[in-house]
Amino acid sequence: MTTPTAVALEDAKVAFRLGDGRVYTAVENAHLTAAQGEFVAIVGPTGCGKSTLLNVAAGLLKPAAGSVKIFNQPLAGLNRDAGYLFQADALFPWKTALDNVAIGLEVGGTPRSEALPRAQKWLTSVGLGAFAGRYPHMLSGGQRKRVALAQVLIRDPKILLMDEPFGPLDAQTRQVMGNLLLDLWNADRKAVLFVTHDLEEAIALADRVVIMSAGPSSRIIGDWRVSLPRPRDIFEVRLDKEFHALHREIWSVLKDEVMKGYAQSTQAAEAV
Amino acid sequence: MSRVTLLALQILVAIVCLVLWQLLSTVPVFGKILLPPFFFSNPVDVFAQIVKWFASGVIWKHLGITLTESILAFVIGSAGGVLIGFWFARQPLVAAVFDPYVKMVNALPRVVLAPIFALWLGLGIWSKVALGVTLVFFIVFFNVYQGVKEVSRTVLDNGRMLGMSERQLMQHVYWPSALSWMFSSLHTSVGFAVVGAVVGEYLGSAAGLGYLIQQAEGIFDVAGVFAGMFVLSAFVILIDYGVTLVERRLLVWRPTVDGRG
Repeated sequence: MTTPTAVALEDAKVAFRLGDGRVYTAVENAHLTAAQGEFVAIVGPTGCGKSTLLNVAAGLLKPAAGSVKIFNQPLAGLNRDAGYLFQADALFPWKTALDNVAIGLEVGGTPRSEALPRAQKWLTSVGLGAFAGRYPHMLSGGQRKRVALAQVLIRDPKILLMDEPFGPLDAQTRQVMGNLLLDLWNADRKAVLFVTHDLEEAIALADRVVIMSAGPSSRIIGDWRVSLPRPRDIFEVRLDKEFHALHREIWSVLKDEVMKGYAQSTQAAEAV
Repeated sequence: MSRVTLLALQILVAIVCLVLWQLLSTVPVFGKILLPPFFFSNPVDVFAQIVKWFASGVIWKHLGITLTESILAFVIGSAGGVLIGFWFARQPLVAAVFDPYVKMVNALPRVVLAPIFALWLGLGIWSKVALGVTLVFFIVFFNVYQGVKEVSRTVLDNGRMLGMSERQLMQHVYWPSALSWMFSSLHTSVGFAVVGAVVGEYLGSAAGLGYLIQQAEGIFDVAGVFAGMFVLSAFVILIDYGVTLVERRLLVWRPTVDGRG
């Protein structure tokens, strides 16, 4: 018996038309799958089109070529099975933490009287039970991410798309958030696509780590399975021997791409 | 600085100015009065005039008229600004077509419209309301237009990914964003509503603060002109304070400039 495929990008290509009429190819020949219940991390140098790939899976971007299948159905329009955790702040600044979480249910037609207690429960499970009445600007960066996580998870999406969700946070908060995410994910194992530039974070969280080459026209150049036992603790897993071996192996590939990406970005800066 | 000290200093400024004014307009310096009473009156006379207005009750009618005109101008101008601002922001084609005309009308000094409004709407309150509306409308319009256009891309995408329909995006994203921009210009637009009303009265009417000032001016009653100006200033400060209270209630979700909310 095989587990069904939640997300499948086949030979996807994404191109943008630039202001001056040229066409910029961000991603090419991308094959990417995530099985149901699988946690896939996508790692690559800055500007390699990781987020682009995620937006394609979300239906926010249409691929120029290739196909996107969600549970074996071709994706048309927005991906209704997916919850998306953005890199930038995406909470509604005019709603309290509680309303921000409840809105995820309310748009689906759940009456407010029913949505609010459930939102409160979710806030409690991300450790913010006492902050229901706060507006986003009164919360710290890490707390805002927790609210955003609750906002997405309350809808119980089958697929989680995460775009460097912990990128703006400090190192300690990232680890705490990583453990929180693993705890919540362990409860019902959704399919996850997790974009990050942090290889350690990727290995610590994921079942599979996918490496992308430097852009433009970046492609997927590596796919490693992480067989560290679950449940994991992010603090502990980093001390594991297997973790180190895998990190060394992946880094030997990723390093060249990071240098290439760095060289390109400096050249681009000089050209400007 | 504590609030009490600040208030004390603010009052001190007023007292120094008034005392100087009183002295220079009554006590000769080197045999010459620097502020001749005919042109500058003096604080005591001005104050006496204000007291007379309030004691006889005649001022209430004028204040009432000006307040009514200001409120009507504000409400009508804001409603129009919000509706049209929304419409233009959501329909770029409409906005593009009307763009030069909006700029043209906005560039017009509104004072020149006053005689036309007086002609069309008579000398009653509606010609003043119309003048105020032309001022308020554009402020609110530009703010709402900007507010709808500048909704954060991420917040919008988030709304979409949470499954919002166009109508729900309108209700939960565009509308609050536009309103917050409108409220941020509340002080300006309320101020302009009062300006419209007073200028309108000044140019032709039978009641209101502008009328009062214009009447005093007509008979070279400088004390009356100053008294009218002071009552008007106090009136505006009170209204502004009211706006601040409303704003504080409605924009609790917004960070304050000097730190956290």
